[in-house]
Amino acid sequence: MLKGSVGLIALGSLLLSGAAVAQEKIKVGVTATLEGTYTVLGEDGIRGFQTALNTLGKKVGDKELEFVIASTDATPDSAVRAVRKLIEQDKVQILLSPLSGDEGIAVKNFAKSRPELTFINAASGAQETTYVDPAPNFFRYNMDGAQWQTGLGKYAYDSKGYRKIATVGEDYSFIYTQVFGLVLEFCGAGGQVTNRQWVPLGTKDFASVIAALPDDVDAIYLGLGGADAVNFLNQYQQAGGKAHLMGGSIMIDQTILSSKGSAKNALIGTIAASGQADTWEDPGWQKFVKAYQDSFPPNKRFPSPSLLATNYYGSTMALILALRQVNGDLSNNQAKLKEALAKIELDAPNGKIKLDSNRQAIGTNFVTEVVDDGKGALFSKVVKVIPNVNQTLGYDPAVFAKIGLPSRTIPECKKY
Amino acid sequence: MARFIERHPAWALIAIIAIALLLWLVFAVWPPGLEQAIGRKRVFLNAVFNGITLGGLYFLVASGFTLIFGLMRNVNLAHGSLYLFGGYVGYAISAWTGSWILSFVVAFIAVGLVGVLLQILVFRRMEGQDLRQTMVTIGLAIVFADLMLWVFGGDFYQIQTPSWLVGPVQLPFITAVKSSGEPVYLQYPMVRLAIFAASVVIGVAMWLALNRTRIGMIVRAGVDDRDILAATGVQIQAVFVLVFALGAGLAGIAGVVGGTFQSISPGEDTRFLLASLVVVIVGGMGSIPGAALGAIIIGLAEQLGSVYIPTYAIVVTFLIMVLVLAVRPQGLLARR
Repeated sequence: MLKGSVGLIALGSLLLSGAAVAQEKIKVGVTATLEGTYTVLGEDGIRGFQTALNTLGKKVGDKELEFVIASTDATPDSAVRAVRKLIEQDKVQILLSPLSGDEGIAVKNFAKSRPELTFINAASGAQETTYVDPAPNFFRYNMDGAQWQTGLGKYAYDSKGYRKIATVGEDYSFIYTQVFGLVLEFCGAGGQVTNRQWVPLGTKDFASVIAALPDDVDAIYLGLGGADAVNFLNQYQQAGGKAHLMGGSIMIDQTILSSKGSAKNALIGTIAASGQADTWEDPGWQKFVKAYQDSFPPNKRFPSPSLLATNYYGSTMALILALRQVNGDLSNNQAKLKEALAKIELDAPNGKIKLDSNRQAIGTNFVTEVVDDGKGALFSKVVKVIPNVNQTLGYDPAVFAKIGLPSRTIPECKKY
Repeated sequence: MARFIERHPAWALIAIIAIALLLWLVFAVWPPGLEQAIGRKRVFLNAVFNGITLGGLYFLVASGFTLIFGLMRNVNLAHGSLYLFGGYVGYAISAWTGSWILSFVVAFIAVGLVGVLLQILVFRRMEGQDLRQTMVTIGLAIVFADLMLWVFGGDFYQIQTPSWLVGPVQLPFITAVKSSGEPVYLQYPMVRLAIFAASVVIGVAMWLALNRTRIGMIVRAGVDDRDILAATGVQIQAVFVLVFALGAGLAGIAGVVGGTFQSISPGEDTRFLLASLVVVIVGGMGSIPGAALGAIIIGLAEQLGSVYIPTYAIVVTFLIMVLVLAVRPQGLLARR
């Protein structure tokens, strides 16, 4: 369905380009995970991107923006392949890519080989992408996985009284980063993380993983996304699981909360943290939700935009606003655009966003709890709003560097 | 059995000890030392049960594959596509009518019909040319995969489990004893047990049909020597069509099963084609009991592997295949 609409847009822009030959174009390549485990996430990312175009328009001065969309499957090589195809075949000048953590690291490394082009991260959230050896032409307007967990550990420890937790997560960089943020704060508050289980991205049969969940813990943290999360919840329900749950940023998200079937009801009351909260009262957020809802018929969207839609919206917004500031000037290896992108302060739907010296977002984070709206739809309700979260999570950069990079076992469960 | 013990007393002893050890692990209350060494009994029991139930699913896919190979010497590499197609049909029917049982019936018939068409339109034209048939099935698998991607998209489909199968049941296996002396029994998902029971019933029915009916006799005769069978006046082409339809229909049923306790999406076709290849290589090409044994071994290896050596879980399956190919290349239960 979405592919159809993407095709229509592509066709539409093709026809338009025929009509307006004289007009100069700026070509932008977009990638999203439209295949594999994260298909649903990619589709909603593209909806966020289209919402931004509907709201802001495609004109920059007298130039017109033209977009080419390519599909990936959350693996780093698929992302690099898509980006190369966009640059070499479609001749795009700017990239809005990619969606997923491992893809982000790969595209950032690739960006160094094309220093003349500009890369704007669409939604990926691995820490390493901008923290280790950042590319000067790679800009990220969303926070990383660890920033998105800010507030969750303390809330679980102080308000929920959880002392011992275990984690289950997908075995790749973004979830490492999420668990990194959670463990740092939860263990810093005095909690214990007794067990960290990692499952390959795209796992189908979770039965044995579910059986191996420890039962002497207060809560289980789920760092899963897309089809993995749905499969897990489905089998968790079949196994009769009843533990308290905590969720990562793509676990407690409309991509999962709107899934078909009754398995998602296990999530009611689950606490989580993310770069957005569905029920936030802020007028800017409400306006964005309305724009998203008005852009698509109800059966072709979620009741409320997912984190991916919000991220794609924010990145597209940054690109269009920066391009307008420089009046679409891409001369001199896009120097003016890059300068504008580095300086821009976004009034994004999910709070103010500005970039640090690594071109990584400093933004607002939300601690949430899942509620049922009474009609069977689930939403994340705001518990706490935390502004100005930076990549070192408020730690002194020297101390932060000593913790190490997120991995299966890092950070250790202790106070740093 | 008695002959096997006479001929290989050492192997028989090892097998008996292994079975006894497994039974002890399943039924006994584990001493604390053992729990410390290899983890809780609940985890072990669950992995064993999951392995066996997953084996049930693999058996459903692989039995059709091995049946077709056994009779027609045709390695049907589009078998995974039939699985995926069955899953999609099952999803459509269950979403439309709300009936889980009906989705099995329709998936069996629809995919069986595809099998009939394949046999009549494609394979009959190139009978006896193994390599050509194999290449054609690879091509068909690619075409089918793209057609299904076009129609159903890259999304994940999950067939709704009927409400009477949701949730766990208590099984009479003690996993631990509480400090109060009260035993803790194993909780196990109902739907997996039902699916396993169904695959056992299908397996037994297939065995009976092959060994106790006239048509089964014809099929077995065809497996042994199809030329002589044709010479006796049997309509061998009709038998081929029937067997192909049955094999394809089984793959369709497996698709519905897979869509119920896992999920279906593009890529599942190759995953299950690979699984059934490994299963029949381990069990023995063309043998139904071989497919059953192979499926259980591979299912157990995958699940126990994912719990005890998660990093290498994927390798274990192929190690088993390599081992079987090295020691007994015709497969564990092959007849020759």
